[in-house]
Amino acid sequence: MTAPNSPPVANDPTAGYDGPPDYRVVGRHAVFPQTNHDEIERINYLAQMNRHLAARVVPGVKAAYDKRVEPGFRAAHGRPIANRHEARKAMLEDPAFQTWSALRRATMEQRQQAGRWTALRQNEELARTAAALTDGDDRLVLDPTVAIPRYVSAVDHHCMPGSYHTEYFPGDVTNGANYDHAGFVTTGGLLGKFTDGGGQAVVKWVKRNLPDFKPKKILEIGGTVGHSSLPIAQAFPEAEMTIVDLGAPMLRYGLARAKSLGVDNVRFVQASGEDLSRFPDHSFDWIQTTMFLHELSSRAMHNILAETRRLLKPGGIVLHVEQPQYTPEMPLFEQAMRDWDAFYNNEPFWSRLHEMNLDDEMVTAGFDRDSIIHGAVFGVVDRELFPDAQEDETEDYGRKAAWEVIGAVA
Amino acid sequence: MSFADALAGAGAKPAGKRPYFLEPQVERVLAITMTIAQELAVARQRADTLERLLQAKGVLAPGEIDGFTPDAQTSAERQMWNQEYIARILRIVQQENEAAAQLDDVASGEMADELAKTS
Repeated sequence: MTAPNSPPVANDPTAGYDGPPDYRVVGRHAVFPQTNHDEIERINYLAQMNRHLAARVVPGVKAAYDKRVEPGFRAAHGRPIANRHEARKAMLEDPAFQTWSALRRATMEQRQQAGRWTALRQNEELARTAAALTDGDDRLVLDPTVAIPRYVSAVDHHCMPGSYHTEYFPGDVTNGANYDHAGFVTTGGLLGKFTDGGGQAVVKWVKRNLPDFKPKKILEIGGTVGHSSLPIAQAFPEAEMTIVDLGAPMLRYGLARAKSLGVDNVRFVQASGEDLSRFPDHSFDWIQTTMFLHELSSRAMHNILAETRRLLKPGGIVLHVEQPQYTPEMPLFEQAMRDWDAFYNNEPFWSRLHEMNLDDEMVTAGFDRDSIIHGAVFGVVDRELFPDAQEDETEDYGRKAAWEVIGAVA
Repeated sequence: MSFADALAGAGAKPAGKRPYFLEPQVERVLAITMTIAQELAVARQRADTLERLLQAKGVLAPGEIDGFTPDAQTSAERQMWNQEYIARILRIVQQENEAAAQLDDVASGEMADELAKTS
């Protein structure tokens, strides 16, 4: 592959290559599943399919909206489309949106089957490897009494069968392995070698905006296998990083992965973000969530925001990284496209979350309005090998590694 | 985990009802077709890997595959393979055309009803 930013060579069709890198560049670790030739090529194909749908099919959906859907609605109702729900329902009748949606849904289902096959066929070996790395380590704290709330159990988020929490046998890490190794299909490499572009982006933002911040105790809520947490732990080696999640397979896999990658200042604790009573008040200097809030419910988010307020030391900060909120300035077409995941990809809170006034939510949780933080970050990756989200003009609604930051100082 | 359990588990349905954007019959066929497209890509990449490894080991010369010219016998075998392949895939079209010309054709169920008549 040609290095990025080099000028295209005449008549060399690979010179201007623009798209996901070969999957073989992803970073591996002790519990990363083995992938044979065909499993790798299946992931490459599916990443290219998502890229194709975003780059080459979505423009047709947009054109159909502008030329057929919106004028058709106006003619039928004598008024313009009023909100994103009307826009989405009107598009559901249009063949361009139908075809794109059917292909996008099928691709997601194919990705899950591909990744699950790879994880399932070797899950006993992966469990043995994870056990060898984590047995007797007090940095893995599992609590089987943690209840799985309905907002997690009722529909499996992003069509991932068994979600984050299902275990197929004691000590199982299958769903962690599936989540980790095949997420590349959706991100197309935009999250980098270790799927940690979000965490690296947060570190970059904090170092730039809070240069004197020297956290000692850091908490990530809903941190799954630690994709976003490890860069933070690595950037602040004096700190102790705690990752909580509902899913035992994620946590086992997460600690094994972290140790294998040489990151030791981390603990993985099974808990609901709604009830972090195992930690006393003022336990943390920094609390982080990354692409997490949209997988909750309104009540759960209230509870979690209140817990972050309770747990922060005076002067501590909380940061939430999320896909952009819906604003009156955001075109209804874009809002409706971003809502696709809520209705058709098992992300049911996505729609409600992104219309909420998060500043008000933070104030309700006990933060001062004057202390609220706003920012924007892009995925940070090794640009020799991976595409850079900031330079990528493809809009794969809701999937792009371009996020908003909302936070507060306690 | 047994092979059968892994097969069933890999294709397991996620919790949450599936949305359909097209007629269900059409979307079902589309989903099957897209997976076959995926597997064709995987097979194509495997052949490409094989060619490149053979080149690297000096078994194949660059351009040898693209420059390949079958002799008459080989050409006939390969073209017949194409014909057989297409005929297999389009079997239902052939049979629907035969049916259109066969106006007195009956369904097995109709025959069953006829043969079940005791009188």
